[in-house]
Amino acid sequence: MTALPDAHGPKRSWWKSNQQALTPWLFLAPGIFMFAVYVIWPIYASFQFSFYDWDGLSPKKWVGWGNYQELWGDRNFIISLKNNIIWLVLYMLAVPAGLGIAIFLNQTVAGIRIYKSLFFFPFVISQVVVGLMFAWFYAPNFGLFFKLTEWLFGTGTAVLANPEYATYGIIVAGLWPQIAYCMILYLTGLNNVAPDQIEAARLDGAKGLKMLWYVVLPQLRPATFIAVVVTVIGALRSFDLVSIMTNGGPFGQTRVLSFYMYEKALSEYGYRMGYGAAIAVVLFLIMMVFIAGFVWKMVRDERGH
Amino acid sequence: MLRKPLGAGLALTLALLAGTSAIAQQRVLTFNTDTSDPAPKAAFEALIADFEAEYPDIDVQVNLFDHEGYKTAIRNFLTADSPDLANWYAGNRMKPFVDAGQFMDVSDVWADNNLNDQLASAESSMTIDGKQWGVPYTYYQWGMYYNKTLYEQVGAKVPETYDEFVENCKLFKDAGIDCLTTGTSAMWPAAGIFDYFNLRTNGYDFHMALTAGEVEWTDPRVRETFAQWNRLVEPGYITANAAAIDWQDAAALLSQGKAANYIMGNFAVATFKDGGMTDDTLGFFPFPTINPDVARAEDAPTDTVHIPAGAKNPEDAKTFLAFLARPDVQTKLNTALGQLPVNNQSTVDEADPFLSQGFTMLSEASGLAQFFDRDAPAEMAASGMEGFQEFMAYPGNLDDILGRLESDRQRIYK
Repeated sequence: MTALPDAHGPKRSWWKSNQQALTPWLFLAPGIFMFAVYVIWPIYASFQFSFYDWDGLSPKKWVGWGNYQELWGDRNFIISLKNNIIWLVLYMLAVPAGLGIAIFLNQTVAGIRIYKSLFFFPFVISQVVVGLMFAWFYAPNFGLFFKLTEWLFGTGTAVLANPEYATYGIIVAGLWPQIAYCMILYLTGLNNVAPDQIEAARLDGAKGLKMLWYVVLPQLRPATFIAVVVTVIGALRSFDLVSIMTNGGPFGQTRVLSFYMYEKALSEYGYRMGYGAAIAVVLFLIMMVFIAGFVWKMVRDERGH
Repeated sequence: MLRKPLGAGLALTLALLAGTSAIAQQRVLTFNTDTSDPAPKAAFEALIADFEAEYPDIDVQVNLFDHEGYKTAIRNFLTADSPDLANWYAGNRMKPFVDAGQFMDVSDVWADNNLNDQLASAESSMTIDGKQWGVPYTYYQWGMYYNKTLYEQVGAKVPETYDEFVENCKLFKDAGIDCLTTGTSAMWPAAGIFDYFNLRTNGYDFHMALTAGEVEWTDPRVRETFAQWNRLVEPGYITANAAAIDWQDAAALLSQGKAANYIMGNFAVATFKDGGMTDDTLGFFPFPTINPDVARAEDAPTDTVHIPAGAKNPEDAKTFLAFLARPDVQTKLNTALGQLPVNNQSTVDEADPFLSQGFTMLSEASGLAQFFDRDAPAEMAASGMEGFQEFMAYPGNLDDILGRLESDRQRIYK
């Protein structure tokens, strides 16, 4: 008499017994692989490069903390850091501005979809195109803005040639699509605001700002969270606009860290890979502060406040 | 044969190779080049066709790169997958590749073909450690391009000396015209201006010593250069807001009659002519004399072809370089390019006033500078040009600018 195979016996295959635990990892494997190769490893490599003096051709030379020491004395690095802070602060205007437009557009009028898409339009076009348009807008001698200031004050203001205004000029260009982005986030958020709560609040006599602050905004918290996250990240990686509109000029006064990193490591006059990597590490650490904060908040929310 | 470095292009080439068995027996010479603009592209196609006609057993395969992208790409392909020939520039620009052992010593090509004589004007800029590292095939002059109509309008004469130039500027200023225009948003046009002020004030040897990092930027002689320059900056003779203007937009100011002079390279002639100028309204003169005791030297950036150290077919590559250096080849190539041949036995198109003037000017020059961003190392060039740009906007910051450049110099040329 042959023994019947016992389904629950000790002879279960290794795969079967571990299936439950392994499956998620199998599904995650391609993602983990890509993330490790294209994100984790480059981060590690950047940290490593930042301790070397390397032009990309000759052998690497170990300089320890030399690149970081040089950064502290580097006037251009300080300018970039300062501009990054200005970007971070002013870019935040996109969140309330986006909310304002979203509330304004959140009504049922004939053709509202057209208005919404017109407001959303700047986010659809490429940052490069936005940069070019604003560069022409500000351009000395023929730009619309230049002509306007010339007509108003007698002498035209060339925003991008003026070291004091240039960064603000670029931020305005950046805000245009960013506001549109925040607006869309809030518009979808407003769709989910519970009408019964609005009704109840109205019965209790809430209206205007009070209604917005105590009833609507708390329900928009997920949208606000995402809007702040994308705006912070957008401000920190503000590379394309700077590159297109001023190329870091006039005389390097509009540089931001991401642009300075590119300039030092990869541009025509750069090829100091180690120094560029050191700038990248600093930028990464600044971003890490925000990212860690966001992740911490998300984890806390998921665990149920 | 021409192909883009793309998968589709490669597949097409392979298909062509398979189709014609004759080609398969040829020796292949790969040539990476950045001649992507229409005129240079056509000129190089003709050059390669001539070469293949003369050497039917060699097949030159061209990988055409975008002009700007090439500057990054060359670092990758030299270390990863070397072609047999590559375009680059003379002077300090080739030094990193020579120092890193990425370019082949081609002194034998120079010696065997008597190039030290024929390419004499470019020899010093092709020589590092007493050896030559490539073959120059074209250069172009820098100088003063001017609007003849405006000169007539205000009654100005073409100046011989800088003092006369400054006097003219007053006439232009009174007529509401920018005496000197420039657009430094890409920074390098400012370097051309500095080069000429320094070459005319202190001479070629000093300029070379300065770009080689042997002179302090706070030296009184450098200050004298900026003092001369300031005679145009302080009174407002230079186009305002130049830092936000592209060089092409400044060229438009000249062709529209809003500016009288422009320190530029000869490649700008095409842009001026696109703006409606002709040989009758556009003029050229060498940058005027500042210090009469200083021998005239000019800016003449030179384009070159090199053999990478990892070339698979260096023998045929040397044949190509010898061909490229020949007077008749350089004459034909430069006629198509609209530039000047380096070989002193070549001829230029007499009908082109700018080329013939430039050819005379360069052959009489006591020395040829390559241009600030090719003579100085890349990092020094970048901070220098930033300083020049700032000086033209805020001449009062000069002390600060020179102090910064000096501390950069001490760091960069360790």
